[in-house]
Amino acid sequence: MAELALAIDLEAAAASRRHFWSRFAIYGLLTVFAAIYLIPLLVVVFNSFREQAEIARNGLISLPKTFRLEAWAQAWSTYCIAGTCQGMQRNFLNSLWMTIPATIISTLLGAVNGYVLSKWRFKGSEVLFTLMLLGVFMPGQIALMPWAFVLGKLGLTNSTYGLILVHVVQGISFTTLFCRNYYVGIPDDLIKAARIDGAGFWRIFWKIIMPLSPPILIVTVIWQFTGIWNEYLFGVVFTSGQAQPITAALVALTASGTTARSYDVMSAAVLIGALPPLLIYLFGGKYFVRGLTQGAIK
Amino acid sequence: MTSQSLSALTIRNLHKSYGAVDVLKGINLEAQPGEFIALVGPSGCGKSTLLAMIAGLESVTSGEIRIGNRLVNSVPPKDRDIAMVFQSYALYPTMTVRQNITFGMESRGVPKAHQAEAVKHVAALLQIEALLGRKPGQLSGGQRQRVAMGRALVRDPKLFLFDEPLSNLDAKLRVDMRTEIKKLHNRVGKTTVYVTHDQVEAMTLASRIAVMHQGSVQQFDAAQMIYSRPANMFVAGFMGSPTMNFIPAELGDGAGRPCVTIRTVDGGTAALELAQPVPAGAPRNVVLGVRPEHIYRFSDDLKHRKRAIATVKAPVELVEPTGAETLAVLRFGDLEVTGRFDPDSAPGTGETMTLGIDMARACLFDPTTQSLL
Repeated sequence: MAELALAIDLEAAAASRRHFWSRFAIYGLLTVFAAIYLIPLLVVVFNSFREQAEIARNGLISLPKTFRLEAWAQAWSTYCIAGTCQGMQRNFLNSLWMTIPATIISTLLGAVNGYVLSKWRFKGSEVLFTLMLLGVFMPGQIALMPWAFVLGKLGLTNSTYGLILVHVVQGISFTTLFCRNYYVGIPDDLIKAARIDGAGFWRIFWKIIMPLSPPILIVTVIWQFTGIWNEYLFGVVFTSGQAQPITAALVALTASGTTARSYDVMSAAVLIGALPPLLIYLFGGKYFVRGLTQGAIK
Repeated sequence: MTSQSLSALTIRNLHKSYGAVDVLKGINLEAQPGEFIALVGPSGCGKSTLLAMIAGLESVTSGEIRIGNRLVNSVPPKDRDIAMVFQSYALYPTMTVRQNITFGMESRGVPKAHQAEAVKHVAALLQIEALLGRKPGQLSGGQRQRVAMGRALVRDPKLFLFDEPLSNLDAKLRVDMRTEIKKLHNRVGKTTVYVTHDQVEAMTLASRIAVMHQGSVQQFDAAQMIYSRPANMFVAGFMGSPTMNFIPAELGDGAGRPCVTIRTVDGGTAALELAQPVPAGAPRNVVLGVRPEHIYRFSDDLKHRKRAIATVKAPVELVEPTGAETLAVLRFGDLEVTGRFDPDSAPGTGETMTLGIDMARACLFDPTTQSLL
């Protein structure tokens, strides 16, 4: 008996040791990958606080020996990009003025489209939806020339309004897809009951559909905000100088170094540019994950 | 035209097709003011489509729907003066019970004071005062059901439409709510069209029942008539549980009296005397329809109580006691026939019984057309 118990104990100990080492391997590997992802970010954060001279002396990748906030201030308001010395603030605001309206408008249009395509189907609405879906798979470059033409005709080149228009239209495919697929899960009986209750198209939208929409609207807003904020191609092609969004300006900044490159200011500028989507995700992230996994309404 | 002006709802030769598929094939129905009509049939028979068309949620392919005197074929749902209770209840999930009930009045611009009054009245009627501040998600199935009815009642419409309102409830609650709906209808007295696939619900609630099958009304009649004189074998088989027994039989003359001959288990035949004369034009081969409760254990006493009892012997294959009654599977030739017995006179398995069949209650069907003779 005792021998048997001992054998079982040994067995159990071996199993728990194996378990420990397999866990160790998994977490070790995950740590390595996380580091690969995080170290560049860390380097940029460090450099934004280091003195330029110190960076030049110790190299780009090194632990900080000095600490100062000046690079941030410079990047924000005084650094010279292509001859104008106002820092990134103008471009940051451009990006905000572009991203916020474009996000709101494209999300609302997506919600209305989704509502129509799921609850007020008409002859050909499925075909229309399929066509709209094509936009999801279409790379932005394809639309460059047509947009150049349209913006030129409308007199909206080199303007934030032009970019808003581009991003609203380019975003509709995604927002419609998100909302439509979410609204399909709302029971049709609700709409029927509301119609019998005397509510029309818009009253049903505002009073029944919208109150049920926050999960999908949060997903859509995060998606659109991040996408539009980070977008570079349209920004750099359709605007220049003072009118550029921050992504385009960042590239101009890195290219404008006439003397030695100021890595400290560049690092701070990059972080300023990356901050808004990061904050959005930080505050909305849990809804984002929940929204993507949650389909139906109970 | 006078009959039309009396009806609360008139449906004339109503058709509905989706492309090439005919869902409704010429429906005719009417409801008197205050009447409770049940549309019953198996799933896919078109009953819910018919209800949706009455509500205006589905378009009319051809035919007429009139509510009161008014042709409503192309009137939108909100202007039909109807209220509907859905199978899923369709309560607005983000609104409280009170908001659910007032949503319709709100849409129609009813003054707030009047709304509050109406909510109070309906909440008292359905005993949901305590629930008014809650959201639908915080209610039980039975409570949701009440709220859904409250939302319909508060409108005081010309016509109430119910679409299988009890089928999401558990068995016990369903029976309770059925009684409540009947009480409510007696109290409110509104014309009601009630869709169900449950024949018991239809029988207990409705003053008249329309039995539907494959897009047409098989029979539209008072509940008792549907049960005792079903128009065809479909209606006979659908209404009643356990279902009516269909026994192939041959018409003939037994000692100068009309009778039907059926096969018995020993390969022989038995002649059952009919209670009524044979209808003119009846074919020689017929189907005898006998409900399980019209098969008794034969006794002299039975002969005195019932005026037309025919006797036949049959072995008992299986006995299923349910408490209140005992079902027995009997063998007639190569057929199984179900009988429903009082537990006191119930047979035992393997017994060969002498049965008394109440021929006054039996039905004869034409096997080719399946209709009642």
